[in-house]
Amino acid sequence: MTTPALHVNDLRKTYGNGVEALKGVSLTVQPGDFFALLGPNGAGKSTLIGILSSLVNASSGDAEVFGVSIHKHRSEAMRLIGLVPQEINFNQFEKPFDICVNQAGFYGIGRAEASERAERYLKELRLWDKAHHQARMLSGGMKRRLMIARAMMNEPKLLILDEPTAGVDIEIRRSMWQFVSGINAAGTTVILTTHYLEEAEQLCRNIAIIDQGRIVQNTTMKSLLATLDVETFVLDVSSVPDALPTLPGVALRKLDDHTIEAEMSRAHDLNSLFAALSGHGITVTSMRNKANRLEELFVRLVEHGRENAA
Amino acid sequence: MSGATNLVALGTIVRREIMRILRIWTQTLIPPAITMTLYFVIFGKLIGSRIGTMHGFTYMQYIVPGLVMMSIITNSYGNISSSFFGAKFGRFVEEMLVSPMPNWVILLGYVTGAVVRGVIVGALVLVIALFFTDLHVAHPLITFLSVVLGASVFSLAGFVNAVFAKKFDDIALVPTFVLTPLTYLGGVFYSVDLLGEPWHTISLANPILYMVNAFRFGVLGVSDVPIVTAFVVMLVFVVGLAAVALRLLTRGVGLRS
Repeated sequence: MTTPALHVNDLRKTYGNGVEALKGVSLTVQPGDFFALLGPNGAGKSTLIGILSSLVNASSGDAEVFGVSIHKHRSEAMRLIGLVPQEINFNQFEKPFDICVNQAGFYGIGRAEASERAERYLKELRLWDKAHHQARMLSGGMKRRLMIARAMMNEPKLLILDEPTAGVDIEIRRSMWQFVSGINAAGTTVILTTHYLEEAEQLCRNIAIIDQGRIVQNTTMKSLLATLDVETFVLDVSSVPDALPTLPGVALRKLDDHTIEAEMSRAHDLNSLFAALSGHGITVTSMRNKANRLEELFVRLVEHGRENAA
Repeated sequence: MSGATNLVALGTIVRREIMRILRIWTQTLIPPAITMTLYFVIFGKLIGSRIGTMHGFTYMQYIVPGLVMMSIITNSYGNISSSFFGAKFGRFVEEMLVSPMPNWVILLGYVTGAVVRGVIVGALVLVIALFFTDLHVAHPLITFLSVVLGASVFSLAGFVNAVFAKKFDDIALVPTFVLTPLTYLGGVFYSVDLLGEPWHTISLANPILYMVNAFRFGVLGVSDVPIVTAFVVMLVFVVGLAAVALRLLTRGVGLRS
């Protein structure tokens, strides 16, 4: 049996002020996976990541990274992990090259090899031309990429990315995902937290949703998306009649004179919808999903969990 | 981590600390040199010329070791407290906390960096002192050991201060209200043999007195306290403060939630 990349067992954390951030979290991430850890703000994601990276002390429970307990063998476990935190946490007065080389040094990697790695990762993340400028001069997107380069310096087997694309423009975000997908394809297990759910949907194979310190869903992305039985489309039309037609299995709603919304079962085919609308003199010029599919599920799961808790 | 990898990690912290000292040399090296030059001019030349000899040395010769040790102590303390608190404040201390590096390597790295600054500043002040008076080091080994131990004691104390500090004001409180008074009352400018009771006995409770006198013995060959006692006091402080600092790091006080 393969040793999991991460095995979290009944992890609990209560802070000094009494806030119970984790209420018994258990999950398993397989080697080579691209795993999404999603949850609303304050759900416990960062606490969980803090415990995995030893920045937060767990109240009870344990986690193993490739079979190594972070509680009993912290040093050995940390050697396997690379962390890209949510907040910028490098010395802004140092240079990106030095930040990367120093990080490697903290892992016991000699300067010659560290310099080689720093050059390679800074080049791959398109930061080499800024390598010898003070880090405070970098743009927000560059700072995020620098933290990825720094996390790669010990060539971790498990890379944890805590909202790495927050506030980053679409072009840089795409280049970051290209890089991370590449290292995942090369064998590095990746755990991602993000509020951009379309990212998680596109990149991740497995998913856990955490809310109020508990895992409310832990499954494959495919099977989670398959549970979505209703989809909503926004249709741009030539003109909207005063009285919308009644179509079986489809709920139509007028948004404005040229836009209608159609909520329908996933079993319902789009051809029959278009045919029915056409039959009523409504010509569809374009269409789009109202919301990201994962977003709809995410909201539903979190709301359902809260209703049950109440 | 193995011995070799620990050594690399230690070297990384020390190198980073030294680079920091050199990068901001106008804040780390020049101010103490200017301050001490003023002390030499005012206390050594102007006032000192009206004071007679002390333990057989001119007043200028007598205060030079005290002022050098004062520079070493304050700069070691200031270096580690501002550097480590700065790392906490800017959150880049997390770079070390998430690494496999053991806590003692982090502590030793920062203490070494602070000792290095103390030694550099001490050497600068000593060179300046040579413009004002002649000096011959009586016991080089004792001089060296007293510098290293004295700087280590206050580096460790500065580290503990930085761990507990929540804002920059917190790292200025101890130097202002504890370190400076103890330094001035630690026999930098006078021999405690001049004090009557109970002030003489009270002065013996001041750890800085032992550091100043150990260094003065190394340079001039005279001391107000037995040299063995001075080294025992410094060693006890080093061991005690190192144990406290390591305990704080292990528990993650002020560093890990």
